[in-house]
Amino acid sequence: MLLIRCPYCEEERPELEFRNAGEAHIARSANMAGESDDDFEKFFFIRSNPKGIIYERWRHMHGCARFFNAVRDTVTDKFVMTYKAGEPKPAKLPGVAK
Amino acid sequence: MSGAFRIPRAGRLSQAKTARFSFDGQSYTGIEGDTLASALLANGVHLVGRSFKYHRPRGFLSAGAEEPNALVQIVRDDARKTPNVRATVQELYDGLAANSQNRWPSLSFDVGAVNDLASPLFSAGFYYKTFMWPKAAWKSLYEPKIREAAGLGVSPDKPDPDHYSSRYAHCDVLVLGGGAAGLAAALAAAETGVRVILADEQAEFGGSLRFETGAKIDGQDGFVWAQAAIAKLTAMDNVRVLSRTTAFGYYAQNFVGLVERVSDHLKAPGHELPRERLWQVRAKRVVLASGAIERHMVFANNDRPGIMLAGAARTFLNHYGVAVGRNVGVYTANDSAYAAAIDLKKAGVNIAAIVDLRDNPTGPVIDEARALGIEINFGRAVIRAGGKLRVSSMTVQPKNGGGERTISVDAILMSAGWTPSVHLFSQSRGKVAFNDETKRFVPGTYAQDCVSVGACNGTDGLSATVDEAYAAGAMAAKDSGAKTAKGTKPKVDASESWSRGMLGAAPGAGPDTTVKAFVDFQNDVTAKDIRQAVHEGMRSIEHVKRFTTNGMATDQGKTSNMHGLAIAAETLGKPIPEVGLTTFRAPYTPVTFGAIVSHARGPLFDPTRKTAIHPWAEAQGAVFEDVGQWKRAWYFPRAGEDMHAAVDRECVAVRKTAGLFDASTLGKIEVVGPDAAKFMELLYTNPWEKLEPGRCRYGIMLREDGFIYDDGVVGRLAPDRFHVTTTTGGAPRVMNHMEDYLQTEFPHLNVWLTSITEQWAVIAVQGPKSRDIIAPLVEGIDMSDEALPHMSVREGKICGVPTRLFRMSFTGERGFEVNVPADYGQAVWEALWAEGQKHGATAYGTETMHVLRAEKGYIIVGQDTDGTVTPNDAGLDWAVGKKKTDFVGIRGMARPDLVAKGRKQLVGLKTKDPKVVLEEGAQIVEDPKQAIPMKMIGHVTSSYWSQNCGRSIALALVAGGRDRMGDTLYVPMPNGVIEVEVTGMVFFDETGGRLNG
Repeated sequence: MLLIRCPYCEEERPELEFRNAGEAHIARSANMAGESDDDFEKFFFIRSNPKGIIYERWRHMHGCARFFNAVRDTVTDKFVMTYKAGEPKPAKLPGVAK
Repeated sequence: MSGAFRIPRAGRLSQAKTARFSFDGQSYTGIEGDTLASALLANGVHLVGRSFKYHRPRGFLSAGAEEPNALVQIVRDDARKTPNVRATVQELYDGLAANSQNRWPSLSFDVGAVNDLASPLFSAGFYYKTFMWPKAAWKSLYEPKIREAAGLGVSPDKPDPDHYSSRYAHCDVLVLGGGAAGLAAALAAAETGVRVILADEQAEFGGSLRFETGAKIDGQDGFVWAQAAIAKLTAMDNVRVLSRTTAFGYYAQNFVGLVERVSDHLKAPGHELPRERLWQVRAKRVVLASGAIERHMVFANNDRPGIMLAGAARTFLNHYGVAVGRNVGVYTANDSAYAAAIDLKKAGVNIAAIVDLRDNPTGPVIDEARALGIEINFGRAVIRAGGKLRVSSMTVQPKNGGGERTISVDAILMSAGWTPSVHLFSQSRGKVAFNDETKRFVPGTYAQDCVSVGACNGTDGLSATVDEAYAAGAMAAKDSGAKTAKGTKPKVDASESWSRGMLGAAPGAGPDTTVKAFVDFQNDVTAKDIRQAVHEGMRSIEHVKRFTTNGMATDQGKTSNMHGLAIAAETLGKPIPEVGLTTFRAPYTPVTFGAIVSHARGPLFDPTRKTAIHPWAEAQGAVFEDVGQWKRAWYFPRAGEDMHAAVDRECVAVRKTAGLFDASTLGKIEVVGPDAAKFMELLYTNPWEKLEPGRCRYGIMLREDGFIYDDGVVGRLAPDRFHVTTTTGGAPRVMNHMEDYLQTEFPHLNVWLTSITEQWAVIAVQGPKSRDIIAPLVEGIDMSDEALPHMSVREGKICGVPTRLFRMSFTGERGFEVNVPADYGQAVWEALWAEGQKHGATAYGTETMHVLRAEKGYIIVGQDTDGTVTPNDAGLDWAVGKKKTDFVGIRGMARPDLVAKGRKQLVGLKTKDPKVVLEEGAQIVEDPKQAIPMKMIGHVTSSYWSQNCGRSIALALVAGGRDRMGDTLYVPMPNGVIEVEVTGMVFFDETGGRLNG
């Protein structure tokens, strides 16, 4: 069971308290109704499936109930860092080359 | 007397404390502290089992957890019959009853042993080849027979009467293994004051100090030192000591699963103690001190009872005081077996000869053996063992060939060397590295915050082990936050040391032979089988493993994996590290389902949710159904009524007078705040800004893809307050969906969401008499149609308690839903029930609710929709705000496929024969005469007998359904084709007049 740091509670808590909520940083258009078929396809259906660093949304379901973002390595399963919803993609990741 | 093979003054058990036990019905006496294995050996019993495939007689190979052969069934009572218990691990208690397994009619005469003669039929991969003709016979004849013949033990056939417990624990340093290394590491860590957990699978700590008579630490015998160390650790507040506890799984981020056997060793455990306890430990640092496991020699008939690991024989002698024979042969490729010979010789057992594969080894143990007058043969091999139910001889030959000599023995002790136990390290995702000099896989690259010490790290010698472990324990403590260390490292005064050995088949079992030289005892895999697998094309060790089943038995190849790998590598002509090691997986040793399930069974398997009105329904004899975690009253049968009769009566009564229905399980969410209406606009398809306070609207919620996600009636209590209802099953996901959008997409909106499902009990009162029933109990609400029209909500009081009174209907009748605080739910229900009795009202359950809503064509999300249905498909276009510029699903709904012609649409179906009720889920076709597979154009989603309509009614999703009104379609069923007519969805009161009736 992984340990996940909730950026709101500022604590590492066991995975059992959390729920994954899919890929992060996929913005919903302000003009949703006017989106083209291609843009809607990208927004709704297309997801990255990297071997390595992935940006995800998680919810501290059985804690503060907040949604937040996380950077995770799909190879090791380890969480690199977590940050609050709405914050930009981190430019530098701790302990990750490149 | 506790057995003829018990040596006076040997071992550590008190002869005074005897325990009676039975094996296969025969009574024996053992000593408290014995394992079943040591107690049987003390009585001269070696034959304890039959092998899996060939039914060969088997005895004890080991004295510990790695045991592949001595699996027995322990029978406590009718319900407690545990199969596949390792006799070497099971502690003896007075009255223990054990039976052998996999034999018929008896252990010494087993009919299944014919398989041994027929072994060519059962060679490696036999189940892929031998029994393949005729093909049909595999499933009906061969597989069941083979499974029956090969079964290990018998599963208990009654529910497990024991209880199990489960605990989470956190510590700074978790030490796994309580031998010299583990104890030294635990002492070093504990002395700094950090929280330490120390676990060992044995009843007593000490590990190999149990048999190493040559070990001296801090001036004491090694085992005595270990007991003092454990006493010291147990007395410390910051240390938890767990014996009889196996670390079986090493998971992510130092999360380790341990199982503690709490009461399997007790005569009468009683019900207070759990049988086992699961520990889920999160440790900042883990110290692995899991030791090493001795390997056997691979030679012909090396599986005969009486042939065992040298270290095991030492344990039986030095700890349990049992000699494994009277005339013992030794076959070895390293020094450690000499120590066994020396100990036995000193205890008065004759050592027939030591046969050593090595050419001219030297060392103190060899000198000592020679000084004791033991015959030693260098450069020779045991090429076969004699005897059947018990070994009777060993045949010795120079290892490069030459004259044979047969020596009579009643036991053979063997040692091919020691394999470091890297199981847990490997489970932690660490990568092992092969040491070519010592021919061992040892921990290489670490993946987690752990460290291996002692034998499992390939460290030889007690002194080096204690040094390494003490330093590692102190470092682990420091890394986990310890400030000061004030202990003293234990001082090793004398030690035994050995390493090296051999891997693979010994002379006499080489590629040119066809002898049965066992590599994996439990699965009956021989050296020949492994070579055959390679010859038949298996290249990867993972394929060799699966083809031969080497290492796949309940012991998971603890003794066999390295031999199997070496033989495969030799046959492939590749070095061992290139062939690679099979993956180590949890559990290290078998874990009971009971321990993992713990209390989560029966009523505690999943929470049961009951409404405030549940006790009343129960008292009325309601039949309940499960809806998610809820128990809901399904129908209320009266005397003599079956479900059909009860539902018909309930359905008619609601439309004739009135019915009371417990709707408390409906999900309820309060949406509050200055931007509440804006939020509702975005989350539902409907317009909300202009809905007046006091009015209700049927809302549809979509996912972003445009499909229906949930629905429900929403009441606006105030400009900034909505009372939202959801489906019973959908409540949690709707709440999650709303929170997700509020927190991440629309965080600018000033809105709060609160789940109020359990705050309010909901009593639906439906039917022409509903207002007459409610009105006398209500205060402060004008109940007239003008003041409280259909689809409105008022706050007031009922029976003196606050209510949110909805005028709404899921039946098509004049109806109300009375929300009251849950604590008053039953009292208000009873008051309404009493009032209802004056008008002939009935209580109705979910089945009647379903029928009545289907009569009106009201859909149930999740039954009439399936996640691929749009509002248009469901005929609900009217509920989508046409002028809205945004809501969740607005774009998805406009996707080309979702607006295309020919989509499945919800329609009504009437069977041509009104008495025939369709099956829900039945497929619909246009032409019943077409060839199978027919083209299916839809399916039935809801179907009932409607007493009010006097016929069956159904809803269905049919391709282009609304263009097929009046068409005849067909529902092919096993008993014939059913003709149906496509109709509208409303079967009763099409004009809706009864809503105000």
